[in-house]
Amino acid sequence: MEIPENVKKRLSIPAEEHFYAGHTACQGCGASLGLRYVLKAYGKKTIFAIPACCSTIIAGPWPYSALDANLFHTAFETTGAVISGIEAALKAKGYKVKGEDGIMVVGWAGDGGTADIGLQALSGFLERGHDAVYIMYDNEAYMNTGIQRSGSTPYGAWTTNTPGGKEHFLEKRHKKKVIDIVIAHEIPYAATASVAYPEDFIRKLKKAQKTPGPSFIQLFAPCPTGWRSPTDKSIELARLAVQTAYFPLFEYENGKYKINMPSTKKDPKPIEEFLKLQGRFKYMTKEDIDILQQWVLHEWEKLKKLAEIFG
Amino acid sequence: MEYKPIRKVVSGNYAAAYAAKHARVEVVAAYPITPQTSIIEKIAEFIANGEVENLQYVAVESEHSAMAACIGASAAGARAFTATSAQGLALMHEMLHWASGARLPIVMVDVNRAMAPPWSVWDDQTDSLAQRDTGWMQFYAENNQEVYDGVLMAFKVAETVNLPAMVVESAFILSHTYDIVEMIPQELVDEFLPPRKPLYTLTDFDNPVSVGALGTPADYYEFRYKIEKAMEKARKVIKEVGKEFGEMFGRDYSQMIELYRTDDADFVFMGMGSLMGTVKQAVDILREEGYKVGAAKVRWFRPFPKDELYELAKNVEGIAVLDRNFSFGQEGILFNEAKGVLYNTDARPIIKNYIVGLGGRDFTVSDVKKIAENMKAVIEKGELDVEVDWYHLKR
Ligand SMILES: Cc1ncc(C[n+]2csc(CCOP(=O)(O)OP(=O)(O)O)c2C)c(N)n1
Ligand code: SF4
Repeated sequence: MEIPENVKKRLSIPAEEHFYAGHTACQGCGASLGLRYVLKAYGKKTIFAIPACCSTIIAGPWPYSALDANLFHTAFETTGAVISGIEAALKAKGYKVKGEDGIMVVGWAGDGGTADIGLQALSGFLERGHDAVYIMYDNEAYMNTGIQRSGSTPYGAWTTNTPGGKEHFLEKRHKKKVIDIVIAHEIPYAATASVAYPEDFIRKLKKAQKTPGPSFIQLFAPCPTGWRSPTDKSIELARLAVQTAYFPLFEYENGKYKINMPSTKKDPKPIEEFLKLQGRFKYMTKEDIDILQQWVLHEWEKLKKLAEIFG
Repeated sequence: MEYKPIRKVVSGNYAAAYAAKHARVEVVAAYPITPQTSIIEKIAEFIANGEVENLQYVAVESEHSAMAACIGASAAGARAFTATSAQGLALMHEMLHWASGARLPIVMVDVNRAMAPPWSVWDDQTDSLAQRDTGWMQFYAENNQEVYDGVLMAFKVAETVNLPAMVVESAFILSHTYDIVEMIPQELVDEFLPPRKPLYTLTDFDNPVSVGALGTPADYYEFRYKIEKAMEKARKVIKEVGKEFGEMFGRDYSQMIELYRTDDADFVFMGMGSLMGTVKQAVDILREEGYKVGAAKVRWFRPFPKDELYELAKNVEGIAVLDRNFSFGQEGILFNEAKGVLYNTDARPIIKNYIVGLGGRDFTVSDVKKIAENMKAVIEKGELDVEVDWYHLKR
């Protein structure tokens, strides 16, 4: 559909679409929205590397592609390494990489491919300082293989290998704080983002584009299939994750922390509001919910302190 | 320009590094492992001294990432190079399939080293031969000169057929042993090996590509067939490139199996890599002692030189296959391959397997002589004593 010029001017995010309809994501998939926004922010002059994950499928089987950009499908654990190689080749050949008019090299990987099997390659990429952007879309489990736990799965969640039930075999560890591991590499720019706040996400993508060196964005991307949630609730869930401070939005820039959302002035909403819309938390007891709530508030206090001291 | 070689006394590893430099590689991504390390150290030195232009060196955090980075680089159009050994090669295994499947002409030097446990840093071919089915071409060097020549030819062949290639040299026997290597002036290398023309690149933004997407049962099969077609084409290309190399630089590589004094031979020793230097020397001595023997050095293991093996087998009574490797539950790998090729032909010489030199065990001229005696007896009797002979075993 043609968007009239006067409407285009009023839009706060780019009108151009480089992500085709007809992709194969489930209804209400947060990851597919995320891909769409990345393509809006970076346009066609982008090289994607996508490892094994739901996005492999979303992007489409040979000979199709839902992405109007170059795309290299790579092995599960190699996102950090393969974007390093692509960037090195572009530099050897004299291309401008990153920046306003440079080629954008984007690693787009799930939480499993980032927090678990791909952590080593991510670390190498960050440490070596390549001019590329790594985006971890966080749907909090291995969805492509049928909803198994990842390091990013939260406490109390049901997955197919933490199935709940009588013996209470739910996920017992809190969510791995990948962003903290990333920040420990002292890269110039890292941020969290959410598909519920596309303007904030696109602003962060643009900032990552302008900042030389490696950037990292952890994008909260609900998965109705894996979360056992209604397909029309994904945005609401993503918003609640922020409002409950379960997944606060913040930026880390050259040693400084800045919280974007939720407001630090008032108390976050109770975690139940986020939990109750999802079937994956239905096995949690009152005590479990308390444990998760305490963790969320503790992490939130930590983040607020960081922003206060290193703001 | 007239060809005047530049003679340098270098180790096999330095020969590999010089060849990579002369090939004007654009991205090197590598991880240290003994005895490969001095290859990448030398390349780093070239960069530090300003001896190379436009070379990006990515000091990755593992071999798996080394291959992944080479794959990214090659997909983006660059000439990519790496080197490794044993455990490092094994760690790369998954990505080796990725390189051939995405049809990327990466060249890698593997310094043949035994697999642990027990830890061993010495020569053994099992590491590279275990990568047999990854769709990589494999060239085995006998000496430092062949390491250098092999890397240059491997790039040319790889970029012609769009498959990756491995150049294999043996641990310490070549990697750390200094010898005279005739190097080629840069201008002539450039003539022999022009800049790469990629099959596709990730940098055409008007015609974007999606590489390595899901291949459904309706299509996957054909992708495999095309790799096999490329391997078949490589047989021809290898011979042409080897001939061209010979015409330009005086060392002919048009034969995928190098034949040494086989013309009137009753039986031949067949093997790969540095041990064939020892074998050739032994052949000369044995000839003086009245043995009619020759040596058949398999240069390219993949694609496998089927026709040349058949031609050889037609004219001899026996083949003693020397394997510095083993496939557990079966036999030596080269032996296994050779038997497989010959079964459906009418050439049926006696073929016997000698497992030699595993994990760097010394393999000497006197070993070859003993094997010759045994092989002669086997041929005279017309039947095998054992099919697979663990020649060096302490009993
Ligand atoms: C080496 C290897 N091990 C396992 C797999 C199987 N595998 C494919 S995708 C996947 C899970 C991906 O999870 P995540 O990264 O969280 O992305 P999502 O599917 O949730 O989008 C797994 C385990 C694989 N492709 N490669
Ligand atoms: S399973 Fe989840 S992440 Fe995967 S496509 Fe469906 S909604 Fe998206």
